[in-house]
Amino acid sequence: MPGKLKVKIVAGRHLPVMDRASDLTDAFVEVKFGNTTFKTDVYLKSLNPQWNSEWFKFEVDDEDLQDEPLQITVLDHDTYSANDAIGKVYIDIDPLLYSEAATVISGWFPIYDTIHGIRGEINVIVKVDLFNDLNRFRQSSCGVKFFCTTSIPKCYRAVIIHGFVEELVVNEDPEYQWIDRIRTPRASNEARQRLISLMSGELQRKIGLKVLEMRGNAVVGYLQCFDLEGESGLVVRAIGTACTLDKLSSPAAFLPACNSPSKEMKEIPFNEDPNPNTHSSGPSTPLKNQTYSFSPSKSYSRQSSSSDTDLSLTPKTAPSPQGPRIYLCPSSPPLSCGSLHLKKSCLLLSDSSLAPHHCSLGSPVLRKSVSFSEELFLAASGMGSGSAGKEGGPFKALLRQQTQSALEQREFPFFTLTVFPPGFLVHVGGVVSARSVKLLDRIHNPDEPETRDAWWAEIRQEIKSHAKALGCHAVVGYSESTSICEEVCILSASGTAAVLNPRFLQDGTVEGCLEQRLEENLPVGCGFCHIPYDELNMPFPAHLTYCYNCRKQKVPDVLFTTIDLPTDAMVIGKGCLIQARLCRLKKKAQAEANATAISNLLPFMEYEVHTQLMNKLKLKGMNALFGLRIQITVGENMLMGLASATGVYLAALPAPGGIQIAGKTPNDGSYEQHISHMQKKINDTIAKNRELYEINPPEISEEVIGSPIPEPRQRSRLLRSQSESSDEVTELDLSHGKKDAFVLEIDDTDALEDVHSLLTDVPPPPGFYSCNTEIMPGINNWTSEIQMFTSVRVIRLSSLNLTNQALNKNFNDLCENLLKSLYFKLRSMIPCCLCHVNFTVSLPEDELIQVTVTAVAITFDKNQALQTTKAHIEKSLQRASADTEELLQFPLELCSDSLPSHPFPPAKEHLESASSNSGIPAAQRDRCSSWIELIKLKAQTIRRGSIKTTVTVEKANPMGEGNFRNRSAPPCASSTVGVVKMTPLSFIPGAKITKYLGIINMFFIRETTSLREEGGVSGFLHAFIAEVFAMVRAHVAALGGNAVVSYIMKQCVFMENPNKNQAQCLINVSGDAVVFVRESDLEVASVQQPTANCQPLCAGGEVTT
Amino acid sequence: MTSELDIFVGNTTLIDEDVYRLWLDGYSVSDAVALRVRSGILEQTGATAAVLQSDTMDHYRTFHMLERLLHAPPKLLHQLIFQIPPSRQALLIERYYAFDEAFVREVLGKKLSKGTKKDLDDISTKTGITLKSCRRQFDNFKRVFKVVEEMRGSLVDNIQQHFLLSDRLSRDYAAIVFFANNRFETGKKKLQYLSFGDFAFCAELMIQNWTLGAVDSQVDDMDVDLDKEFLQDLKELKVLVADKDLLDLHKSLVCTTLRGKLSIFSEMEANFKNLSRGLVNVAAKLTHSKDVRDLFVDLVEKFVEPCRSDHWPLNDVRLFLNQYSASVHSLDGFRHQALWDRYMGTLRGCLLRLYHD
Repeated sequence: MPGKLKVKIVAGRHLPVMDRASDLTDAFVEVKFGNTTFKTDVYLKSLNPQWNSEWFKFEVDDEDLQDEPLQITVLDHDTYSANDAIGKVYIDIDPLLYSEAATVISGWFPIYDTIHGIRGEINVIVKVDLFNDLNRFRQSSCGVKFFCTTSIPKCYRAVIIHGFVEELVVNEDPEYQWIDRIRTPRASNEARQRLISLMSGELQRKIGLKVLEMRGNAVVGYLQCFDLEGESGLVVRAIGTACTLDKLSSPAAFLPACNSPSKEMKEIPFNEDPNPNTHSSGPSTPLKNQTYSFSPSKSYSRQSSSSDTDLSLTPKTAPSPQGPRIYLCPSSPPLSCGSLHLKKSCLLLSDSSLAPHHCSLGSPVLRKSVSFSEELFLAASGMGSGSAGKEGGPFKALLRQQTQSALEQREFPFFTLTVFPPGFLVHVGGVVSARSVKLLDRIHNPDEPETRDAWWAEIRQEIKSHAKALGCHAVVGYSESTSICEEVCILSASGTAAVLNPRFLQDGTVEGCLEQRLEENLPVGCGFCHIPYDELNMPFPAHLTYCYNCRKQKVPDVLFTTIDLPTDAMVIGKGCLIQARLCRLKKKAQAEANATAISNLLPFMEYEVHTQLMNKLKLKGMNALFGLRIQITVGENMLMGLASATGVYLAALPAPGGIQIAGKTPNDGSYEQHISHMQKKINDTIAKNRELYEINPPEISEEVIGSPIPEPRQRSRLLRSQSESSDEVTELDLSHGKKDAFVLEIDDTDALEDVHSLLTDVPPPPGFYSCNTEIMPGINNWTSEIQMFTSVRVIRLSSLNLTNQALNKNFNDLCENLLKSLYFKLRSMIPCCLCHVNFTVSLPEDELIQVTVTAVAITFDKNQALQTTKAHIEKSLQRASADTEELLQFPLELCSDSLPSHPFPPAKEHLESASSNSGIPAAQRDRCSSWIELIKLKAQTIRRGSIKTTVTVEKANPMGEGNFRNRSAPPCASSTVGVVKMTPLSFIPGAKITKYLGIINMFFIRETTSLREEGGVSGFLHAFIAEVFAMVRAHVAALGGNAVVSYIMKQCVFMENPNKNQAQCLINVSGDAVVFVRESDLEVASVQQPTANCQPLCAGGEVTT
Repeated sequence: MTSELDIFVGNTTLIDEDVYRLWLDGYSVSDAVALRVRSGILEQTGATAAVLQSDTMDHYRTFHMLERLLHAPPKLLHQLIFQIPPSRQALLIERYYAFDEAFVREVLGKKLSKGTKKDLDDISTKTGITLKSCRRQFDNFKRVFKVVEEMRGSLVDNIQQHFLLSDRLSRDYAAIVFFANNRFETGKKKLQYLSFGDFAFCAELMIQNWTLGAVDSQVDDMDVDLDKEFLQDLKELKVLVADKDLLDLHKSLVCTTLRGKLSIFSEMEANFKNLSRGLVNVAAKLTHSKDVRDLFVDLVEKFVEPCRSDHWPLNDVRLFLNQYSASVHSLDGFRHQALWDRYMGTLRGCLLRLYHD
């Protein structure tokens, strides 16, 4: 009995009128945990009841504490008939289970009803007394910290990064149980919400156990997803990266170090050898050796430098239009289109055991169909997974691994992190991805979710082999997703193949080996670009050159990755959001036929998405993609592909070639003219984009190439010398069909369409930048004004024009218009950058396309935005070379820490919350807020007498009174509701995260049977999303936090039935609740202890630091 | 391709002041879009009409959701659904409760009932204010009225506390409530030249001096209802005109002091008795609620118009009224000095405000 949960129900406010006769409510509260229920007294005739209950005490196992949510139900007492439910609050008490997080949950929670939405608020206090449990065989994993953040959280230091953890649990979906026919929609929704809450609790606990087994203490980059498989059940699955984290303890020592590293940096002289060996000891795992062992090709390729280049170039000179030199390649078909069909069909006919060898070589086409047929086979034979087919042996082993020791877990050397401690990432190979089409069948035994496990194991295995093919031993920025339509499910996984520094991965590695840095063989800022694979035995055709930075090693011509831009990466100019959008019609079909059709389409889609990405990247004049996320969505009659990434120009990579257009019918004069016109337009666009994104790469002279200069700074001064290098495109001279030029052949309207669509992408209006990574390269002076938002659009396609082209155009317009709308809406924030732009596409019905976007707009200081790229590079160089302990924790500081050196007026600070109000002059704002103050002051001194209804609102509200009393507080406290910021980023610009309070993972269902009355679908969803935000904020405030970082809306499933006037929506969100302190406040208080007293008080919540 | 659903939700609720104004003014989405297009916003931002349409819809939806909260502004401060910075909350409230001069002149002093609400159509046509906006303003008046009507304490403070309005606007609402409660006639043709500001000024004076609250701050309705006892007592003032000696004495006192100081002395001298009779009779009649309603009509008829027809300069009116009220103190036979001061002090202020073209 290791835990005691204590709950106190304090009061309610703004309750709905439940008794029409009296216009009042007789409310009471049921508090339920597990199977125990307590009730408060009925508070008669009030919309603002004061229960002030005793402490309800639950004595429970910590296993239950982790799994179960606390369930609070507010009801209206009815003497004669059944009590009416007003609404519920589910509180996840997990944050109270680890010592460093929240100590109490206390505050106003919105009372939520799945039919009516938010109906008033309830004030609750929750505490947990945990007893130490030393039982080795325990089932709970209290104490393991979870972070959604995909980097090492700010106030922690990574001691060891253990690796991949995954788990999934399955259950029947209550919505599809027989009982659902007889119960109310409300009961059904609540059953579902509760079940998912339970399942995610269980999942988290199980993952926690795995982490403990690995001797870690935290999960970073925790990503939990739901698969609503309909009839066949409900799957909750999660992946994450197990770590051992150390809290950076003394805030005094921590603050100066991390708060303003930029200042500190300046004091550290730039060193040739940036590693002053102060504490060198420990097993110097020579990195060279490591690299060698992982990619033996490396050292070899260095020796055979010049001749190799020619070798690698020769296959390239024959420009094959379809030749996808796409980097992403292992997953994209490196075959030519013609042969695809053949292989495909023969495979489908063949026995599943026929294709074992090819699989591991990473031909996705084969792979896909194989997994599909295997699935058929399994379903037919009803056998356990893994036993069938060719991969039986390794497959079984795989399954075993999942239940086996943590060490073997490393069989999947995957990391869900996207940002890494400096030195962690050695080389990046490229994007690896795998997809498989599966037919869903009912999950027979929820306790043995083997089938789903096996599916994922299979995909992960494939990813791993792809990574191997790229000479990499690890996959970073790893993520998994599904798309389900009826009984067909596409499972996707993707990541970036990489070679990692084993220092962080090993148990018992002494810290001292830090000095064993890569400097001697890997120059800072370009090392990760160097190819990890064997140059002579490349897994795919690629075009290699010497690194433009160090001149020592080979680099590819383009680099695609799923991770964030490494902080020490040398980038020229700014980045931009690049999207590839694609639709493909498919015939409606059932089960197997459907799955076959989808598997057939997938490779084409991937290929086209990659081509589009490549073209757009070149059009932008850039050479690398970060944060690449390709989403393939399956619908009844179409497939949609949406790829988003942030394009940048990496200084280490060669300049991208242009795009050349070639016509197939050369004898037509006007056609020729048309072609050349198009060509000109494209060239102009590239030139314009280079200007727009400030891409002015230095041109490098021959000597430099011949004799590499080790000191990067020196090198960077050698600008503007004439380039005669043969393997470099210096001008946009496309007429000679240079190898770099990307040739587009216009031989039919289809291709014409493609070219057009390339050119129709409108750049954002002046003052706007966008990216889907955490930070925007080239901008590092963010102000504190942020605005997180979610935008949803659904369009209905008219069934008449359903051709691929029309579809593509519609989809393209949808996305472009959405972006345009965002730019317009956020125009008051200019200059600003949309960061972490996350598009999600779903196909809820035949002719509906739904696009959901979540992003954060951050303003930056224009004056300082003009900082030269050179300065930026130098800064990052300095930073990277300063080998100090605090560097281990995390890079993003780069952008936030530039703030303290450019302090902005403090007046602005108070208004930071007013992200949308640049319209009002500051003076007026002050006036406005000050008279609200005044009114409240007056309200306090006012003569009170027989006060009527509205006054009782005030009287009944202790928090309100409290706030009145606090009137002397600074103006930011004037709002009775504390401001809670939300951001999909892992940091808050201009602020320091001082504490992580726990993970927020919430699932809501909202349903209506009066859609028209609620303002139609838009009104319904608008209100629901606003409510979800409100509930997230309330939970964070109750934990004592003032922000959610790494916020993500993982699911937004919207279904409507306008004929029945009904709609239903499911939303799943998650993030990390944190306490942050403004850096300006910190500076003032840095001498004293940096408590959070300057931040807005959350109503009812204590702010604990 | 048609947009089925199109929403934008920010963690901080975006409020566009221009769109808010259009919404408050009662324009439909399409009208608002047209007006925004005309404002040149498309050229400034390079947006398309579709973007504008979507943006306007979003804002309208937000305002629609906020409206319920705006009906009880303290709720807006405590609610959790919309995260709005305090300065923006204040702006939302202030603008929502702001009203049009033209509209308020139409309903000032009228009973805030269903009947009046039906007339909103006509008011809308007459003033050119959209019916929707008229309704909002009318409902605001009525809502404020209902809440503070029977409340104890200062009217302005009550309004400020329950509706979180600025001082200026709270005073205006106090005037509206006061006028609605006492049903002062303001719509007569004679009174058309008066602005809402004129009436609000008078209302404030009357609230300060003529209501129950002026003498006792612990009673219900103290600032809304006139002090009945005081009105009854006003009959006593009749002696000032009924007693011929007293009237003559009063006149001579005034004339002696003002001789040579007024440009219109002779007119004043000739009119003194008429004016005095007018002012005192107005006081004496206030016992009847019907006559209370006609207070402003009477004041204009009995005092403002006669003076205006003789072209009294405002300064002379001031001198006259000061002397007229002050010299009563020298009338030995008159016992109701305090009553007179309470009456005339307010009336003098009102008359000076009402005396313009």
